[in-house]
Amino acid sequence: MTNFKNYAAPPVNKKEILRYAGAKDGRDLPAGLLEDVLAEAEGSVEYKVCWSFTSVKTGDGICRFDTFFAPSADLCKCLAGCDRAIIFAATAGVGVDRLISKYGRVSPLKALLFQALGAERIEALCDTFCEDISKSEGVMLTPRFSPGYGDFDISYQKDIFALLDCRKYIGLTLSGSMLMTPSKSVTAIAGLTEAAGEKTGKCDLCGNKDCAYRGNI
Amino acid sequence: MRFEEFLKQNIVCFDGGTGTLLQEAGLKPGERPERWNVTRPQTVAGLHKAYFDAGSNVVCANTFGANSLNFCEDELEKTINAAIANAKAAALQSAAPQEKFVALDIGPCGKLLKPLGDLGFEEAVALFAKTVRLGTAAGADLILIETMNDSYETKAALLAAKENSDLPVIVSNAYGTDGKLMTGASPAAMAALIEGMGAAAMGANCSLGPRQLAPVIEELLRCASIPIILKPNAGLPRSENGKTVFDVTKEEFAKEIAALVKRGVRIVGGCCGTTPEYISELIARISGIAPVKVTDKNITAVSSYTRAVTFGGEPVLIGERINPTGKKRLKEALIEGDIGYILAEGIAEQEKGAHILDVNVGVPGIDEAEVLKNTVCELQAVTDLPLQIDTASPAAMEAALRAYNGKAMINSVNGKKESMEAVFPLAKKYGGVCVALTLDENGIPETAEGRVEIAKKILREAAKYGIAGKDIVFDPLAMAVSADKNAAAATLGAVRAIKEELGANTSLGVSNVSFGLPGREELNGTFFAMALQNGLSAAIMNPFSEKMMTTYRAYRALKGLDNNFESYISAAAGQTSTAGREEQEENAAEGLSRAIEKGLKEKAAGYTRALLKEMPPLDIVNGIIIPALNGVGTAFENKTVYLPGLLMSAEAAKGAFEVIKGALNVSAKTGSRGDFVIATVRGDIHDIGKNIVKLLLENYGFNVADLGKDVPPETIADKVCELHAPLAGLSALMTTTVPAMEETIKLLKRRAPWCKTVVGGAVLTEEYAAAIGADKYAKDAMETVRFAESTVLEVQKP
Repeated sequence: MTNFKNYAAPPVNKKEILRYAGAKDGRDLPAGLLEDVLAEAEGSVEYKVCWSFTSVKTGDGICRFDTFFAPSADLCKCLAGCDRAIIFAATAGVGVDRLISKYGRVSPLKALLFQALGAERIEALCDTFCEDISKSEGVMLTPRFSPGYGDFDISYQKDIFALLDCRKYIGLTLSGSMLMTPSKSVTAIAGLTEAAGEKTGKCDLCGNKDCAYRGNI
Repeated sequence: MRFEEFLKQNIVCFDGGTGTLLQEAGLKPGERPERWNVTRPQTVAGLHKAYFDAGSNVVCANTFGANSLNFCEDELEKTINAAIANAKAAALQSAAPQEKFVALDIGPCGKLLKPLGDLGFEEAVALFAKTVRLGTAAGADLILIETMNDSYETKAALLAAKENSDLPVIVSNAYGTDGKLMTGASPAAMAALIEGMGAAAMGANCSLGPRQLAPVIEELLRCASIPIILKPNAGLPRSENGKTVFDVTKEEFAKEIAALVKRGVRIVGGCCGTTPEYISELIARISGIAPVKVTDKNITAVSSYTRAVTFGGEPVLIGERINPTGKKRLKEALIEGDIGYILAEGIAEQEKGAHILDVNVGVPGIDEAEVLKNTVCELQAVTDLPLQIDTASPAAMEAALRAYNGKAMINSVNGKKESMEAVFPLAKKYGGVCVALTLDENGIPETAEGRVEIAKKILREAAKYGIAGKDIVFDPLAMAVSADKNAAAATLGAVRAIKEELGANTSLGVSNVSFGLPGREELNGTFFAMALQNGLSAAIMNPFSEKMMTTYRAYRALKGLDNNFESYISAAAGQTSTAGREEQEENAAEGLSRAIEKGLKEKAAGYTRALLKEMPPLDIVNGIIIPALNGVGTAFENKTVYLPGLLMSAEAAKGAFEVIKGALNVSAKTGSRGDFVIATVRGDIHDIGKNIVKLLLENYGFNVADLGKDVPPETIADKVCELHAPLAGLSALMTTTVPAMEETIKLLKRRAPWCKTVVGGAVLTEEYAAAIGADKYAKDAMETVRFAESTVLEVQKP
């Protein structure tokens, strides 16, 4: 079954927002601009997640879940040793998209900052959610892995959407080209493990070595 | 008995949840429940029968997701036919004595509409129309559009139902814990939209339990003049030993709904988690309650996709600035398709305090229907104020009303037969509040009485189309007092009489009163105050006029409408703080250069204005603005300035350019360095990067034709050919949309071999760009500018 929950706003990490905006330490920004952007976004950001637990078997480069299977060596590696996994979808809502679209036509600078804010918010939501599940289920979670990462084909978005009924629970929809709307959204799979494994960084499983955002997160 | 007649006399009970019960019967997660209409008809009919046996008057056929996105044409028809047949069979099989009806059930299509998503409004209308036609032909008694959490999709479905069926339509939305739809609409906004388009009933279902939905229902009962439906969930679901359970018992469910039936709800039922037991408990609870009569709330309201604005209480300010009459810069923007300028005007009017924006795009030589529709859609992507659609062309009016997300203001109709025959059918079909000018074939009567007579005639004629008086706001026409010293008195008399005798609302284009006299602001402000005191509901005005705004704020304060004088005091405080003039630097040229480097938009504009008095415009551009921008661009390339710094400078330069464009007596295209067609490719809806590139290119003097996002290859090629553009820039962010980019490049190579393509976007690399045949991969906006400059130089070489 699909569970869903609305979260309170996780604490804002301004450094992350600046990083997503390509603003380095923000020294070019006029004083107060980021604060104005945060204030304007206040009330426009939502924090909604829906999820479902599933069994998982990995072998021969194929991950088998309750309702679908996906050939992906990278995902297998991520879920190795797990027999349960969580499949979830999270969104920061349409409000951020509205702000980005509003300023896209009149102030690309603000649009850039709202987009960076949205990216930071949705990542913060995913972190909060994974910690929450880890606590409530009394398990550790592997790093989350999304369709489109490595060799996990993005078309598996369809299976995740069919499983979770994301539109109904969190208002998240999928376009013909596998884009999610609202755009500040994440779908992902994480394995459930009993023991604390070796701590893996968010980016360690990704093959895109020259990504501008690859970092020491 | 027909459903509408039954509803007039009775409280109607729908069925309860279907999905959860089908899952219990073996439906797998991800499996489409509608398929069971064909594969397991007995199971489906059995569930329907259980609801009829429990006492439901209406059972929803199992067609919630039966649309052409989920089913191919053939299967769709079979599925809907089987679904209606199953429900009808259940009605026959059930021995229960109540009146029984079958509803064609229409849920959200699963995609989000543009501009937020990728589904076009007309595509949505077409896909719902298919379901409506099939369900109507299969013999449904009514249509239930339910669980819609987006006002635009709600409108598409309702429009499809109205255009393709005569069946009564009930519209029910899914409201969140904040009491709004997922895309932001309040219950009052939905009431304006849905009632305006002629639904038989409206209300709320799904998402929450009856207690959490009670405030939404109370709000709908307050503002809707049609019956209200409530079909809540059995509270919220949670997992217990792997099974879904809901937290509201059937007894609590029935009790809470019964309380709302006493308040006036006329149609009830259940959604997720409710079962036939819930429905029989509910029927037992409400059986003794007499139906509360549905009354006309007589509310004049327009709406956007989030809010409703009502007339007759607080004065309503309708911003008039998006109208090219007498505005050279706006005319030019319309002719050149410079939508950014128009959007900035709209945003500025909202910031100044307008409640509704008038939109008029009437300039010769454009396709007004197309431009008006697009402008309305674009404005709705940047402002949530309701719009007043202002055109003399019925075709343009229809195109804009159809695409509008909400219930629009229609500007205008008048007492001429021809005008009423053109406008009233549109108002009836799409909903809307008409601004009705009190003039007719004989012109504008000089007296108040004469104008009231025309108002009466307009009301009588509107009634013939089924348009109520509340959906008409009269404009008794402010005439120039310079031409007739009694003109103001006649207008004010008409305002008062229309309010007192006809109980109708009024609106005035206030500033006409001062035409031909000096010091117009003073006359306008005082006339506005007099009109408000005579009962004026709304003014079409310039929100940038400080006199008008202070009059408005003072009126509210004196009239007791401004709690604790909050807005009066805060506006007064704002005026004193900005009153101190900023120091102007000695040397305006240095000032402008520094303002651009530092990214100070207002200062850049100010210095440009000063410089225009002493320098030719093009010297300012080439001698100051471009060198300053180049400095910042080089710093960006050297990584001493980052992207936000570059953008701030670009926006400051744009501010300076706006001043120059306003002053130049020539088109902005003059002096252009060349045409550059830019678009985000088909299937992709990311446009931040594209907009950044566009801004920079414009700064560097390119004439940028921005085709927007999700643009088909053909459209891009058409534009390149039309302009014979030497350059096209394509953006894609996803691996899934790079094939569309490749297709576009192939098409351009074939149809426009002269055109160089430059591509960018998160997933692209130099190698990838070469593989799909692009002439250039640009890693950022500056690189695109440099490439464009070198290409144009290449082309211009003798």
